[in-house]
Amino acid sequence: MSTELPTFTDADLHAYVDQRLDPARRAQIEAWLEGNPAAAERVRAYREQNELLHAAFDGVLEEPVPERVQRPRSARWGWMNYGGLAATLVLGVALGWLVRGESQRALPLSIVLPKQAALAHMVYTPEVMHAVEVGADQEAHLMKWLSKRLGVKVQAPQLQAVGFTLEGGRLLPGEDGPAAQFMYRDTAGLRLTLYLRTGLHNNRETAFRYAKEDAVSVFYWVDGSTAYALSGELDRERLLNVAQAVYKGINP
Amino acid sequence: MPNDLIAEHIPRLRRYARALTGERSRADDLVQDTLERAWTRFHLWQRGSNLRAWLFTVMHNVFVNQHHKNKTQRTEALDDAAPELTVPDDTQQSLHLRDLHKALEQLSLEYREVLLLVALEQMSYAEVAEILKIPLGTVMSRLARGREQLRALLSGQAPAPLRRVK
Repeated sequence: MSTELPTFTDADLHAYVDQRLDPARRAQIEAWLEGNPAAAERVRAYREQNELLHAAFDGVLEEPVPERVQRPRSARWGWMNYGGLAATLVLGVALGWLVRGESQRALPLSIVLPKQAALAHMVYTPEVMHAVEVGADQEAHLMKWLSKRLGVKVQAPQLQAVGFTLEGGRLLPGEDGPAAQFMYRDTAGLRLTLYLRTGLHNNRETAFRYAKEDAVSVFYWVDGSTAYALSGELDRERLLNVAQAVYKGINP
Repeated sequence: MPNDLIAEHIPRLRRYARALTGERSRADDLVQDTLERAWTRFHLWQRGSNLRAWLFTVMHNVFVNQHHKNKTQRTEALDDAAPELTVPDDTQQSLHLRDLHKALEQLSLEYREVLLLVALEQMSYAEVAEILKIPLGTVMSRLARGREQLRALLSGQAPAPLRRVK
């Protein structure tokens, strides 16, 4: 009726089909469509297309996601749900050697390091008898041995000030060489591990970074040619506090 | 971890990939390659920005690269690609779906992407522009042409002659 009917562009028509118009504009276009059967037919057809597409493909949303697309190929080795300690132990050890393949080598440290550290943490912290290879009672020997194997002077920082005592350490297979793990424990029996990798190239100092692998929180950073990762099943703030103590202990 | 953030988007990436490629295993290959790249380039994603859009951009790039690489191979393979649709009971409807599947394959890639992002993934036009790195006006023109072509294909007419896409 009105002589001031608004005009509509093609874009309006699509926005109407896709329900992206505000109610006022929508009402206007509906009124306009009544007098424009050709446009109304297009709208009907486009809506039917939308419905068809959903009918054809929405079922995919309900499908279980196949294992192979749950995580990238190159990272899949690192994180399987471990059924038993033994299996994980085998995995953990095998990993260090297998990981030297080309595809893994391409992965950035920021992905590999926290995963390896958290895995090592999960493998060894439940151990009662063999949590460490060399105990803190032989600290001097432990440091000398690990320093020799890692090729740099290694020293486990003192963390008593933040409530953790050194239990000992062990040698581990790293991505392309040896790595080390120090284990600490507080009076309640909670364990933290500090994972070290050396021999990094082109790595400058980085800030603390945080990652979470299942229940294990990890703070990790790179300091010159050495990468550190502190893992523990405790909250981020508390772990950060310890990570800072580690950093200060290493860089007094 | 990146994986947790990314994981929630996987079902939609799979849906889009299925519609884009029309075939289950190719779609999951595409999803896998996309996740691969997203994972290793996760540091490029700006925290707080639209992760879903970023992931779809990654998928777009992977898809376009592969598409160009396999262009000849692909055209040959199309006939063999068995449509794997979720087929509802209604026969009339499933006939329609088979038509849809064929029609989608015939849509040019540029139109197919925009149409699926809007109509299936219900992205805003601005999001589509961001994902495909094209201007909003191009999104609208591709959407209009894509819908018209699909309409022609579904009604059994030959599609309007292809116009060069910006």
